[in-house]
Amino acid sequence: MHIRAVTEDYIKDLLVRGTREDGRDPSEFRPINLATGIMPNAEGSAQVELGSTKVIAGVKIGVGEPMSDKPDEGNMITSAELLPVASPNYETGPPSPEAIELARVIDRGIRAAGMIDTKGLFIEQGKVWEVFTDIYIINYDGNLFDAGTLAAAAALSTARMPKYEADGDKSNIIREGSLGRLKIANTATSCTFAKIANSVILDPDGNEESCMDARLTIANDENVVRAMQKGLSGAFSTRELDNLMGITFERSKELRKLIENAKA
Amino acid sequence: MGGSNKPELIKDGKRLDGRTPDMLRDIKIEVGVVKNAVGSAYIEWGNNKIIAGVYGPKEALPKHVQDPERAIIKCRYAMSPFSSLEEHGRSGPNRRSIEISKVTKEVFENVILLDRFPGAEIDLFVDVLQADGGTRAAGITAASVALAASGIPMTDIPYAVSVGKVGDMLILDLNKIEDNYSDADMPVAIGPRTGDIMLLQMDGNLSRDEIKKGMEMVKKSGEYISKLQKDALKLSYERILEKYK
Repeated sequence: MHIRAVTEDYIKDLLVRGTREDGRDPSEFRPINLATGIMPNAEGSAQVELGSTKVIAGVKIGVGEPMSDKPDEGNMITSAELLPVASPNYETGPPSPEAIELARVIDRGIRAAGMIDTKGLFIEQGKVWEVFTDIYIINYDGNLFDAGTLAAAAALSTARMPKYEADGDKSNIIREGSLGRLKIANTATSCTFAKIANSVILDPDGNEESCMDARLTIANDENVVRAMQKGLSGAFSTRELDNLMGITFERSKELRKLIENAKA
Repeated sequence: MGGSNKPELIKDGKRLDGRTPDMLRDIKIEVGVVKNAVGSAYIEWGNNKIIAGVYGPKEALPKHVQDPERAIIKCRYAMSPFSSLEEHGRSGPNRRSIEISKVTKEVFENVILLDRFPGAEIDLFVDVLQADGGTRAAGITAASVALAASGIPMTDIPYAVSVGKVGDMLILDLNKIEDNYSDADMPVAIGPRTGDIMLLQMDGNLSRDEIKKGMEMVKKSGEYISKLQKDALKLSYERILEKYK
């Protein structure tokens, strides 16, 4: 409790003086490292290092049944796991509300941007492709939303597409050999802001998150906002929201570029 | 979003239920529907029927969840298995309801004076009996009234409503079918005293300008929703006065 208070004083004091622990601008990301194809067994994979936050996303593609309300569309399932190894504050057990929120917000950005054309994942009556994206938090140092979205988008954007072969009653999924890529129709990225006292900063690290009053994630593509989520007890004014959308459109360019480079 | 067999949601500037783009559904709020609760409210918002109830402040249990500096809020949003037109739903929390419980709790962490009740918990239950789109917004609006009725000190009485988009047109307060087929949905909760955004979620596609306009629509309708909330509270006190006349 006391250590938290000291950290909070320190972070707030820095912000009042217009700076941050690592000297970053309020609307600047930490250095980002993106590597794709790191786990060849998965159809797609990516690792994102955002400062010391480290996240891995793995994509597996299988065959399953369509949802009853969308019989001609494939499925997309996104989960996030806050591994106990990633932070002394994470525990084993069923997913916490935080982990569920993280997965659902990442899912919404990717889904609303139409990154995957689920209609193109139809195989035959009662059979569709299912795209599972699992986001593994390996080391926590803040801003899991943007690191997770980037990892998921990069893993999906570089995933290979298995082939389905039906031979009479038998069916077979071919996962190796010469395969094309999973068809990607758009790119979603996100920018997450922390409000601490009267300052709003992009890409909060662990210390900054420990004293933030509110959090706002804005997911977008090149043209429009695709998903938003406000978190925690603090609030934003409509003017702040408008400013943050402007920063998001500007800053997301670098994130999209990372994904484009990984695709090439 | 999107989906197959998309119905025509707007015809001649009117929506399927006859509303204009910036019109709310009918809203009715009643205070004190659950006698056992410290505060409660029932809301009918279009075809949504939702009960919100408050218990506490009381000692937070188990003890390890206690915060020595402030009260904690435990919030459970849940849909009844018979709440939708589709098949029987599964009871118990699912990923959607866990997320909604979390964002609902966070709205009230903003306005309740939690530091007045160290070590305590405040239980907030939002039970959706019948659902027709916009249940989280209606639930927050009802929960605000339930909390105000409970006498727990708050700095504001938030309201919530969603705004969405069909084609190029922004529409207020999406019902279920609009929610299913719209191009965007953005539930918002506002504290009317400050105008602060306390809940903000969105998915679909909206430009920066549309979000700005959507926020204006929310705030404009909020004046009316706020009035309904306050009228419901007032009426509940007038009824008590009646009794002792």
